[in-house]
Amino acid sequence: MATFSTLGLTAERAAALLDARELSCEELAAAYLERIAADDPALHAFLHVDPERTLEAARRHDASGRSGFAGVPIALKDLFCTRGVPTTAGSRILEGYRPVHDGDVVERCQDAGLVSLGKTNMDEFAMGSSTEHSAYGPTRNPWDPETVPGGSSGGSAAAVAAGLAPWSLGTDTGGSIRQPAAFTGTVGLKPTYGAVSRYGVVAFASSLDQVGPFALTVRDVAALYAIVAADDPRDTTNVGPAEAVVRPEGEDLRGLRLAVPRDQLTVGVDAGVLERFEEAVALAVSLGAEVGECTLPHASHGLAAYYLIAPAEASANLARYDGVRYGPRTDGPDVQAMYEATRHDGFGPEVKRRIMIGAYALSAGYYDAYYGQAQRVRTLIRRDFDVAFADYDALLLPTTPTPAFRFGAKLDDPLAMYANDVFTLPANLAGLPGLSIPMGTSDGLPVGLQIVGPAFSENRLFAVGHALERAIGFDPVPPRLQGVTS
Amino acid sequence: MSRDGWEAVIGLEIHVQLQTRTKMFCRCANRYGDPPNTNVCQVCLAHPGVLPVPNRAAVHQAIRVGMALGCTIPSWSQFHRKNYFYPDNPKAYQISQYDSPLCGEGVFHVPAPGGAFEVRLERAHIEEDAAKMIHAGGAGGRLTGSASSVVDFNRAGTPLLEIVTRPDLHSGEDARRFLNLLRATIVAIGASDADMEKGSLRCDANVSVRRVGDTALGTKTELKNMNSFRYLERGINAEIERQIGVLEAGDRVRQATMHYDVATGTVHVLRSKEEANDYRYFPEPDLVPLEPDAALLDELRAALAELPAARIERFVGQYGLPEPIAEALGTGSELARWFEELARLVGDGRLAANWTLGDFSAHLNAAGVVPAESPVTPARMAGLVRLVESGAVGTAAAKQVFAGLVDDPDASAEAIVEARGLGQIGDEAALAAVVDEVVAGNPAQVAQFRAGKVQLLGFFTGQVMRQTGGRAEPKTVQRLLRERLDGS
Repeated sequence: MATFSTLGLTAERAAALLDARELSCEELAAAYLERIAADDPALHAFLHVDPERTLEAARRHDASGRSGFAGVPIALKDLFCTRGVPTTAGSRILEGYRPVHDGDVVERCQDAGLVSLGKTNMDEFAMGSSTEHSAYGPTRNPWDPETVPGGSSGGSAAAVAAGLAPWSLGTDTGGSIRQPAAFTGTVGLKPTYGAVSRYGVVAFASSLDQVGPFALTVRDVAALYAIVAADDPRDTTNVGPAEAVVRPEGEDLRGLRLAVPRDQLTVGVDAGVLERFEEAVALAVSLGAEVGECTLPHASHGLAAYYLIAPAEASANLARYDGVRYGPRTDGPDVQAMYEATRHDGFGPEVKRRIMIGAYALSAGYYDAYYGQAQRVRTLIRRDFDVAFADYDALLLPTTPTPAFRFGAKLDDPLAMYANDVFTLPANLAGLPGLSIPMGTSDGLPVGLQIVGPAFSENRLFAVGHALERAIGFDPVPPRLQGVTS
Repeated sequence: MSRDGWEAVIGLEIHVQLQTRTKMFCRCANRYGDPPNTNVCQVCLAHPGVLPVPNRAAVHQAIRVGMALGCTIPSWSQFHRKNYFYPDNPKAYQISQYDSPLCGEGVFHVPAPGGAFEVRLERAHIEEDAAKMIHAGGAGGRLTGSASSVVDFNRAGTPLLEIVTRPDLHSGEDARRFLNLLRATIVAIGASDADMEKGSLRCDANVSVRRVGDTALGTKTELKNMNSFRYLERGINAEIERQIGVLEAGDRVRQATMHYDVATGTVHVLRSKEEANDYRYFPEPDLVPLEPDAALLDELRAALAELPAARIERFVGQYGLPEPIAEALGTGSELARWFEELARLVGDGRLAANWTLGDFSAHLNAAGVVPAESPVTPARMAGLVRLVESGAVGTAAAKQVFAGLVDDPDASAEAIVEARGLGQIGDEAALAAVVDEVVAGNPAQVAQFRAGKVQLLGFFTGQVMRQTGGRAEPKTVQRLLRERLDGS
């Protein structure tokens, strides 16, 4: 067996090692499992690992002959239903629950021969931006264990950044892929709403949720997107990608018209983030892009609209967790008391907060002022983007206003926590794809550049992201892990 | 207590279980009577991560019913979530429709003996049914107070069509007549068996009363638990009488859900309406809107067969039948088809109607079968009708021939007449012998007849019939009797 490290190992490189028979699928999987065994007790990126099951799947690919990415391991956010394998959504209310069905993306990963390493940690029901809202304890940021990895897909992001998986899948409802990608120096894609099936994804906010990949490179992200994006008749809101996915190769941006929505950058953006951002914009120009400015006049209302729409949908989506058919039950003297006790014990405080906000926003007499108004704002934001995309191919924005924050810094201030999503959630409200790539560091922590494009323009985002990624030359291996081999 | 001076105003809310192979949003079988919790999957049990996929056949059936009821079919319609916690509601929301139903306003034409009337429909929309709960112990088969409850999810997620009328009905009888025709229409389309006793047709009534001449509506109550057409009529009438009594006593009607007690024929308050639920309706984000295009609507409309209301009116015109006869023949498609075939074969609608509603309907009721299941086909029946019309078989013998058609499915009417010797005796010499015998055997009655008691002719006729086993040709018998009795 060749001596190698999983740190910094891309899926493409791993597949090449398998192709060249320098490694077997089993050896590759074993290397990741060893790394998980060594590092995850401190990192806590995974909620569920079953080494025997993983190795068995890997051996099957060794035995049956393989091609493409078959045999390459993957980590799955614990929001994806996996048949017979615990699926908790980071919540006590699903403790011990084993689905009877696989999610569509899980099936597609299996069909492509990817080998699951396990299920990754997340904020409970994807509600949060730090994984601090996981019922099973937070995940740490591989760049600095005192800071959060972002969320809600923090486990999936941290696993890739720390070399515990070459790539992973997460979900993004208001920034839950792009923000943790930015915080952990990884690449993350929130695809166009409808590009990837939501079947078998534990629902948070149905009109906003979208599945997407994490990886160390844009090319890997494109490859994993190509595996999972498809038309699934089980999800009527899903249509699949509009065109064949192209893994990017070009290294310049000639002929592309990019825009910076300057009106979004006026308040609350960290100086280091702004610096890296302006450098990235300058790089885009130097790569041949035409970079202009645009505005998104209604995006400033996006945060308020999002925090009505998402909780409203969540209040209904999470109502099924009642202890009647599955999951833990806390008994009571009658059915109403049983419901209340089960949900009291099963849900964490952030989930309860959002259920209450959502139920309130939908109440008779308040619907128009809250949910109805938020939907109108959503339409206006969509139009803002339409106007911008009439003149430009894609928009550039920082992914987050700040780098990763310290544990507890925003836990008692929900509004500060929510404000973390200010640059990411407009794309969810408008159903648009957004790609986050690392654009350097600020105070030693990675910061992300977000590229937002029109619906189904993923290939263009990959092209822009790939060219900038090459030009930026970011090293995705956290310095504190460099020199460590497994 | 009198109805004079009062007018009842009634609107109905009807739930119809659509007859589909699978449930509304998953592929589980939509089948009644299977062992509990065998037609279930992760979708209708509301496991995490599942999504609904609308049943196309259910949507098409619902559109067809809407068209048959005269509803507009909007080009855009949407599902909503109706939120409430109850163990029969696995998602804790029901996928239903709210402000953009599949079928919009319509007018349904109801032929009636006293003149046809029209009932405006507000809407018809698709939704999913709840699971079935069985409560053990406690009071009255309800969840509250029961010792334990079990849930059968076979029914959870099966397709329902909810039809809402405007308050255009004014009596229990109108309501029954309307619902009966609505049922016949749905059955004719094949959208449901619409059986009230099985629960595949359920009807709630909103009832209020007002003084004749008033235009404002009175306070309404919602009446539930009427699981047959008879109980619907009686329940509504009982509630009308109750409300009039309350108002005439100087009290006011209180908004409430009422329960009709079939045992006592009375209504009582099930729950007061004041504690109205807030269902927090919002558009179902897991489903894209329904947008039936013109081509689909044309196709569905073209496939609609003649509907009962139109058929009843056609029967009146085409066959010259009185309205109640046309209604009795035309409401159900099978009987209507049988009747029309007989009418074609015998070339006389009124004659066919008499036979269809007479011996044939009595036989269907007695045997508990539908026309298609009866051994008496229109062709065999026509054979009997022709024998009667030609005078070859008398009306009394005809009943025996009909019984033969039922008992012996392979025999024609002619063969039965032949085999059982049921042919009419028209031979004058043979009949004259019997007549002479009867006249000779009843001298007292002959004397009375000749003294002017002419109604005794019937007695003599009866005697001749008895002696001939009902086979004597009546006109000849009467002529011969008169000759004998008047002649001397």
